[in-house]
Amino acid sequence: MDFDLNESQGMLQDSLRRLLGDKYGFENRKAYMASETGWSRDLWAQYAELGLLGLPFDEEDGGFGGGGEEVMIVAEQMGRHITLEPWFSTVVLGGGFLRHGAEPGLRAAMVEDIAAGGLLLAFAQQERQSRYDLHDVATTAKKDGTGWVITGRKGMVLHGDTADRFIVTARVAGGQRDAGGIGVFVVPARSDGVNIRGFRMVDGSRAAEVEFSAAHAEAVLGDPEGGLPLVNAVVDEAIAALAAEAIGAMDVIHAMTLDYMKTRQQFGRAIGSFQALQHKAADMLVAIEQSRSMAYFATMAARETDAPERRRNMHAVKAQIGRSQRFVGQNAIQLHGGIAMTMEYAAGHYFKRLTVNEAMFGDTDFHLRALSDIGGLVQAA
Amino acid sequence: MELRFTDEERAFRQEVRDFLAAECPEATRQHMIAGKSPTKQMVVEWQRKLNARGWAAPEWPKQYGGTGWTPAQKYIFREELQMWPAPVPLGFNINMCGPVIIEFGTEAQKQRFLPRMLNLDDWWCQGFSEPGAGSDLAGLKCRAVRDGDHWVINGQKTWTTLAQHADWIFVLARTDPAAKKQEGISFFLVDMKTPGITVRPIVTIEGGHEVNEVWFDDVKVPLDHLVGQENKGWDCAKFLLGNERFGQARVGASRERIRRLKIIARETMDGGRPLIEDPEFRRQMTEMEVELKALEMTVMRVIANETKRAGTGKPDPATSVLKIKGTEIQQGVSELLMKAAGPYAWVDGDPDADGSNEWEVAPDWAFGLAGVYFNWRKQSIYGGSNEIQRNIMAKAFLGL
Repeated sequence: MDFDLNESQGMLQDSLRRLLGDKYGFENRKAYMASETGWSRDLWAQYAELGLLGLPFDEEDGGFGGGGEEVMIVAEQMGRHITLEPWFSTVVLGGGFLRHGAEPGLRAAMVEDIAAGGLLLAFAQQERQSRYDLHDVATTAKKDGTGWVITGRKGMVLHGDTADRFIVTARVAGGQRDAGGIGVFVVPARSDGVNIRGFRMVDGSRAAEVEFSAAHAEAVLGDPEGGLPLVNAVVDEAIAALAAEAIGAMDVIHAMTLDYMKTRQQFGRAIGSFQALQHKAADMLVAIEQSRSMAYFATMAARETDAPERRRNMHAVKAQIGRSQRFVGQNAIQLHGGIAMTMEYAAGHYFKRLTVNEAMFGDTDFHLRALSDIGGLVQAA
Repeated sequence: MELRFTDEERAFRQEVRDFLAAECPEATRQHMIAGKSPTKQMVVEWQRKLNARGWAAPEWPKQYGGTGWTPAQKYIFREELQMWPAPVPLGFNINMCGPVIIEFGTEAQKQRFLPRMLNLDDWWCQGFSEPGAGSDLAGLKCRAVRDGDHWVINGQKTWTTLAQHADWIFVLARTDPAAKKQEGISFFLVDMKTPGITVRPIVTIEGGHEVNEVWFDDVKVPLDHLVGQENKGWDCAKFLLGNERFGQARVGASRERIRRLKIIARETMDGGRPLIEDPEFRRQMTEMEVELKALEMTVMRVIANETKRAGTGKPDPATSVLKIKGTEIQQGVSELLMKAAGPYAWVDGDPDADGSNEWEVAPDWAFGLAGVYFNWRKQSIYGGSNEIQRNIMAKAFLGL
């Protein structure tokens, strides 16, 4: 057991911490959010320079050979600054599909562009009826000569408004909720039959509603009728990254709360001297430390090759961190009082990111139910 | 970063399991699976088997009979015992008084007491709490006055766990009433057979006799039974209380109880189907399991930290989580067990008085679940109540 960073991991953390410390203050963030893209192209170029965009890809594909630990380090720092750039969409989700599902030629070509900052990906998966079920897919893919044609509507596509290519789940065979018959396709964003309507989400990130009307796919990733295991593998890795992001955001909102408790005076003394408030702050720390443990566990569990076992553990990760981040976020607002209700104050923005993070790829209720339906973590005998 | 147990550690786990399978009496195991505390005889018998194997005091330095294990091995050992379940080494001897004597005691005290502690030739109990000194332990009033070649102790201790079994008691007593609260206290070793000691049972809400009042009426204690310096007993107390880094998490014990809960939830019917098929009940179980998994990883972090800092570093915030979460989970699981038993949890005590359940007023598995539920409410009170833990966290980690 060793939870320490090695030298290169330490350097990665330091350099990203420095960059975001310089360029990602709360005022900077507001400006990035108000810009045309809703995030900073300039920062994106600097992420590329730091190697964050090619991070998890193999060196032979033009990446930096980073693993789950490196992704965890970056995601945590991103969470500390509730960044807006499409790193999660492009590198963690999109990158995950390329690593686990793409032909070597396609992968190498795309990784090179991603690493250089010239290619943005978005995962188009959500549908109106699917809620958190990855296997509930109504969008269709039909054979057209040698290629595939995609028709259907995807929602809440993270960073879908600036993506160059979509990774799209579509049904090739079977019923809408069948596990089999789902394919994963790559569709260029700016092509016929693709209609994109971008918007801002409550946490400040950009997203899009994307309509595919007989849009031509440029590639299929893996087995066109057996894509669900690929989707699950990528989403499980993404859950580990989300866990780390949540830790970063929780640490900051907790520290912010403690600072405020030490300075805010009422009844002639700092509100942090009141025991009722101290105990709430202590409970927040308990929740955060339990979540930090779970984020480490997530990084370890995401490497598991036994898919049902991996899924079981990821349910536990989402359930524990989900509950914790809701508790920490709500109490950070409560302990601050009115000031944290204002748009000008940072705490509310962290709370909103934590709220979106909690529900991404399944909220606490969803994962608790799923885990309890498969018998939980402890085997009876 | 390496977040898994090594091959050596996994092999060690198997070694502990093999030892348990070969040596732990089945009667003890079944007694504990049923949720009952092991009897004195069971604890003594088992402690001696551990001692024969050299495993009586994993946390002690090797020269005094410790194992020389890594923190991870110590954790694995404890977890395996809890999951079997088998009694863990007697805490008063091994985790409380023994380490204090090793740290602060004289060579003669070490020679005399440590080997007998290991073999449970002496059963120790803890004389800390008093009626007026609970969470505010330093407010204790029990007095020790020097009189020629001995100390004379007068006062009352309470919540003294298993004093009815004890041969010796370690006592905090005030030796300088003029000094500031913490500075006039000394740490004594007292033979329970000394004239003037009276033990009175306190029966707790589940009906069990676990804790006691211990009265001291002109109890004479030889001078060389003082541990460390006079008026420096608070250092011993702080050392003792801070020594228990991951013992309170009891991850293995909770996992064993959850396993038990699942078996019971399969056997008990609810709405015409096994209780385990009820989604709401299942969800409540799962919530416990999820927190337990996180706690297990938190323990790992504390262990890794200990290995790195060799126990000298500043406290890790994760440490303070262990008591609060560990007890919340144990209490939560005991509550679910009680719920699972439904109306059959209502049998008070042991109606046929010999534990055989011959009368069959309730199913075997329901026996004692209420007792554990009621008894385990103590967990968030003892060892520094969970509210005291939060006070400590606010000061030590939050800077409030």
